[in-house]
Amino acid sequence: MAELKRTPLYDLHVSLGGKMVPFAGWEMPVQFPMGVMGEHLHTRGKAGLFDVSHMGQVILRAPSGKAADAAQVLETAVPANIVGLGEGRQRYGLFTNEQGGILDDLMIANRGDHLFLVVNAACADQDIALLRKLDGVSVEPITDRALLALQGPEAVRVLSALIPAVAEMKFMDVAVLDWDGAEMWVSRSGYTGEDGFEISVPADRAEAFAKALLADEAVAPIGLGARDSLRLEAGMPLYGHDMDADVTPGAAALGWSIPKIRRTGGEREGGFPGADVILPELAEGAASKRIGLRPEGRAPIREGVAIYDAAEGGAQIGTVCSGGFGPSVGGPVAMAILPSGLSDGDTVYAELRGKRVPVKVSDLPFIKPDYKR
Amino acid sequence: MLKYTEDHEWLKQDGDEVTVGITAHASEQLGDVVFVELPEIGREVEKGEEIVVIESVKAASDIVAPISGEIVAVNDDLADNPGAVNDDAMAAWFFRIKPAAGEAIDGFMDEAAYKELIG
Repeated sequence: MAELKRTPLYDLHVSLGGKMVPFAGWEMPVQFPMGVMGEHLHTRGKAGLFDVSHMGQVILRAPSGKAADAAQVLETAVPANIVGLGEGRQRYGLFTNEQGGILDDLMIANRGDHLFLVVNAACADQDIALLRKLDGVSVEPITDRALLALQGPEAVRVLSALIPAVAEMKFMDVAVLDWDGAEMWVSRSGYTGEDGFEISVPADRAEAFAKALLADEAVAPIGLGARDSLRLEAGMPLYGHDMDADVTPGAAALGWSIPKIRRTGGEREGGFPGADVILPELAEGAASKRIGLRPEGRAPIREGVAIYDAAEGGAQIGTVCSGGFGPSVGGPVAMAILPSGLSDGDTVYAELRGKRVPVKVSDLPFIKPDYKR
Repeated sequence: MLKYTEDHEWLKQDGDEVTVGITAHASEQLGDVVFVELPEIGREVEKGEEIVVIESVKAASDIVAPISGEIVAVNDDLADNPGAVNDDAMAAWFFRIKPAAGEAIDGFMDEAAYKELIG
């Protein structure tokens, strides 16, 4: 096995009592002494600091030095409205394959003279290779910066004490700002369902910056365990679980990331891998779709649990793709890709250790996000 | 008599019944316990059989019967308050088992040996 990579915050995690585990080729904290439940609730109540430096940061440039030209090229790989993305704004998108499956999900920011992308750690090598095959853009993987996320209702107060300009930012705004002489790439976004920020920091300043945030009593370090339960409660899909190369955007319930302008009849219709599969499916409605599930009892249903349409016998209609306990919900929550037509309140059955347990279909997200729009 | 298994269970013998729980070390490893599924009273179990399911925020795990015998009591309080396992693992017992003929807990680790096991 290849040696695990460490982020610039590795020593800090260890000093804070982080339990380090292998994750997507990196050595990452899964939890701190507060524990997953406490970290989850702390993030929803105050502010959680996450190290997401393992994720891939990539700059995409066109020779013209215009982000719009890079956007046009990226639209051949990503079915989103990137050309229409304003300067200083960020958007969610998908890399798709010829079969209409999803290769990765990513964030795309327009920073005037280039695009800045954030991709999943496990997919970063694949994504960079894919981007390098595109004509007319240069691809610069950023390897000398850490990426931190500060999430929760107190995030804006805490971060604006260090970088006042962040208070003016709205959800999905991006900005390049100064902190103590360091160039910070800030976006008002995150993957927890909470208001918050993601901040790209020069690697050699990352620990000092993290410590400056942690100096505020509202901020606690948060590991991957709570990151997973937070995003699950927020109904956010995770690559490799709720979507992969065999799952279409329609089935992943991510059709919203493909706007009208890229769909059949739109001004920049298609032109991305798998369009011939993805667009008809979006027009007609996908046969199956990722939905929320709320088990009626206290027992969590986790990834891999089979879902049936009857309490006995019947047919298997799907499998849980993400599931666990939702600390803020106060009970188990899950997501599964199931035949379309099920609606909020319908009952399906999960086969848990040989027994069928009733599970209610639930609208996503399980918690109400509090973004500053 | 208090004994420990390699599966991080504690066993306490009172008369002809053995009370079984998990150790503080195990509860720390599991993290926050959110659900416990207990066996039925009266069930005859075989040593090594999985008879309790513990779900933490992180994952599901099992407790196996440390010895063969009959389940004579279960701690129903855990259904309403699974977090008691984290609060005080030695107090949050799971079940009581009446050992089958010839079964005994003498051979399991004492506290010193268990402490050595977990380091």
